[in-house]
Amino acid sequence: MNDLTPLHRLHPSARPEPVRNFSRRGFLGISAGALLLGIDLSKEAAAQARTEGAAAIAPKPGTRVGAFLELRPDGGVRLLSPFVEGGQGINTGLAQTIGEELDLDPARFAVECAPPGPDYAVVNGLRMTGGSFSTRSSFEAMRRLGATAREMLLRAAATRLAVPQDSLTTDDGTVIHAATGRTLGYGELAEAALALLPRDSVALKDPTHFRWIGKPVARLDMRDKATGRATYAIDIRLDGMLHAAVQHAPHLGTEPQAIANEAEVRTMPGVHSIHRLPGAVAVVADSWWRARKGAEALKVTWTEPAAEGIATVSKTFSSATMLAALKGATESGISAEQEGDPEAAFKGAAQVIEAEYDAPYLAHAQLEPPSAVARFTSDGSLDLWLPNQMPELFQGIAAKTAGVNPEQVRIHSPMLGGFFGRHFYYGPANPFPQAILLAKATGRPVRVLWSREEEFGMDAVRPLSFARFSAALGADGMPVALRTTAVGEGPIGRWFGALFTSPIDSSVVEGLDKKPYAIPNRRLDYVKVAHPVTIAFWRSVGHSMNDYFYESFLDEVAAAGAKDPFALRMALLKDSPRHATLLQRVAELAGGWRRGPFTAEDGTRRARGVSMASPFGSETATIAEVSLKDGEARVHDLWIAIDPGSVVNPAIVKRQVESAAALGLSSTLLEQVVYEDGQRQAKNFDAYPILDRERMPRVHVAIVESGAPMGGIGEPGLPGVPPAVVNAVAALTGQRVRSLPLAKTHLSGV
Amino acid sequence: MVNLTINGQQHTIEAEPDTPLLFVLRDTIGLTGTKYGCGIGQCGACTVLIDGQATRSCQLPVDSVGTQAVTTIEAIEADPVGARVVAAWVGIEVPQCGYCQSGQVMAATGLLKETPKPTDDDIAAAMTNLCRCGTYNAIAAAVRQAAA
Repeated sequence: MNDLTPLHRLHPSARPEPVRNFSRRGFLGISAGALLLGIDLSKEAAAQARTEGAAAIAPKPGTRVGAFLELRPDGGVRLLSPFVEGGQGINTGLAQTIGEELDLDPARFAVECAPPGPDYAVVNGLRMTGGSFSTRSSFEAMRRLGATAREMLLRAAATRLAVPQDSLTTDDGTVIHAATGRTLGYGELAEAALALLPRDSVALKDPTHFRWIGKPVARLDMRDKATGRATYAIDIRLDGMLHAAVQHAPHLGTEPQAIANEAEVRTMPGVHSIHRLPGAVAVVADSWWRARKGAEALKVTWTEPAAEGIATVSKTFSSATMLAALKGATESGISAEQEGDPEAAFKGAAQVIEAEYDAPYLAHAQLEPPSAVARFTSDGSLDLWLPNQMPELFQGIAAKTAGVNPEQVRIHSPMLGGFFGRHFYYGPANPFPQAILLAKATGRPVRVLWSREEEFGMDAVRPLSFARFSAALGADGMPVALRTTAVGEGPIGRWFGALFTSPIDSSVVEGLDKKPYAIPNRRLDYVKVAHPVTIAFWRSVGHSMNDYFYESFLDEVAAAGAKDPFALRMALLKDSPRHATLLQRVAELAGGWRRGPFTAEDGTRRARGVSMASPFGSETATIAEVSLKDGEARVHDLWIAIDPGSVVNPAIVKRQVESAAALGLSSTLLEQVVYEDGQRQAKNFDAYPILDRERMPRVHVAIVESGAPMGGIGEPGLPGVPPAVVNAVAALTGQRVRSLPLAKTHLSGV
Repeated sequence: MVNLTINGQQHTIEAEPDTPLLFVLRDTIGLTGTKYGCGIGQCGACTVLIDGQATRSCQLPVDSVGTQAVTTIEAIEADPVGARVVAAWVGIEVPQCGYCQSGQVMAATGLLKETPKPTDDDIAAAMTNLCRCGTYNAIAAAVRQAAA
């Protein structure tokens, strides 16, 4: 199974141009995207050059109307989306964007995730749902698609009615010839329109005339989700399907040897067969519950893990030894960012302060446990239903696992029951290879579902992370220099590392770099220390911990210089009106800045913390208000101002920011995946608590549309929350918490 | 053989008596609207109504259900309280990913059947299902709207 990484599909000679400090924005150049998906660009280009007629109208992704839109006789439209819906509202946003230019009410759209295909590589030549990319990367292309389709419908109508095209107008799915009162529905024209060649330069609407873009249009998926009709991967059922449950190796990387009671388990009710898989054993049965009973009953002997060390998940590996290794890496590392002359600034400093911060491994804990259904058909091709954020990537890996060609694999991508980064390809953290192997072995369609316990054991985790800071302050208490070292390993380096020649892993340093603050002398270094565990993207990725590190330390700088943390930030934003405006906006939203501590109306002692972040092309400013109860921080309100440049649906944006804030707060207060003796300690929500209703604060969101290039929405609400809360705790208690979650620290009132 | 009354229909199914009701619903009867989340009664994604009371079905042995009426999300709009809850859920746009929302709607319906005008404390006590997307504020607002 170890040879199933996407890296084996790379073409060694075609590398993306070296990008210093590449971010996920940076790596989505077309060459990188094509490489990632194993598409030979030159072959594609040649094929296109040879093509004539209708096929030639797909010169680039996102332009072939027929690949996206099926206009139905009933006036509805089926949209095949490049993206997968997982709660972020992308289906509705796409319907608004395309509907606006097509002149079709978004409510008439039925949206589903498209199968693999070059038409859907609309994220700068790549296809993925992640990095808060979906809307911002495809917005222009999807508008153009809608406009192009509308023009084709008008042209087809002009021919049908034998009138000049410019005598026709449209209104919500109907072409109208006003002079004669004749009308034609889009559905009636669809076949003729799609046979036409699209025009290259169709004019887009003047944004001042937008009817749906920028409006809080109703989400398309609410009714199905409120009535249990939404179908997730876990709900897929096929005729003749068997169910499989697995027991994974207790130590990652060990393999099954003897099964003491195999014969006995085979006679359990409903059990079909027992299989040894890479790093796991599986029981296949006629129902999942029976399969699970069998899998849990198996008495398996596993190969021995290494006795010690962090090169593998050894017998003695623990979160504590990993953190010690990160802290122990004291070399200066590779420079990721440098400005001015930090060395000289530190020499001349009136005051120097230092601090170390860390944040734990985190589970995705999406509420839908992962599953996959695999079915081979008689021609040897494979249907695969699985939760995924990147269909073409999974298609390639599934083909390798099955021993077939990628075009023989049909990927079905149902709605996701939460993802937060969970559903990329993470080697042993994905159930689908097990489903393929079991379908092959049994000759039947097989569904593999991981129990919640297996998911907590195998989920790919947000890396445990560590950063070291030192700041030089001048006699006026203002910071003149900042040195930061980030130690660890990130998911970009792990899973996409071979694509990039840059030694800097953006997913380790993002949130520590590219700050808007006017600190003249800066140096940011990266020291790579690899994790032996399966690491992952986790909502807001490097920002999920780095903005906590940086913005907490910035409050320490403020304290050392006897400055108010809000005032210090405002002073440091003197060169960036966009950020200063946003910081001002969040203060207004919160009824003015006051740090406290102060006594609230209900008599509780409270304080506020502030933070800023620049995640995924958007900007955020956050204020948190906190009190203490039984040694635990209680967060009453979160005020978040977000500037994503411009938005498609403000209602969806606000809910996504609130959702991200909830996850950020959950990680601040409660969450940690703890390894002891090479094994994860928590196996379910009883031992891995997540934010519940009782701990949910009020969340107030203000959208600032500055007109800057469109930024992301799904993740940016998160990174500001941990530092705002921790800074509020420091204001309230005097305790500076440099290690998350807060649950590890008993907080005491002043 | 176990006899069950689900959404007003009689079912005779074959399962070990200790099989949780959840998996009988999802895998034997094919009612997949009720979700598996944790299997230990922590998250509430599996909530159904048993004789009108919100109950987590993932640890409920199927042979303990007896003659009690099981209502799942698939039939929730046939119940006037349930229909109001669904309307509030849609109107307020509660769901994000939606995976927990079957259970949330069932929990809210169970609450309002027992306590038609719940206080904030009643809502807090009854609405304990987990939501990883953090829709808790919208859930509380929708419960209040459905109660009004």
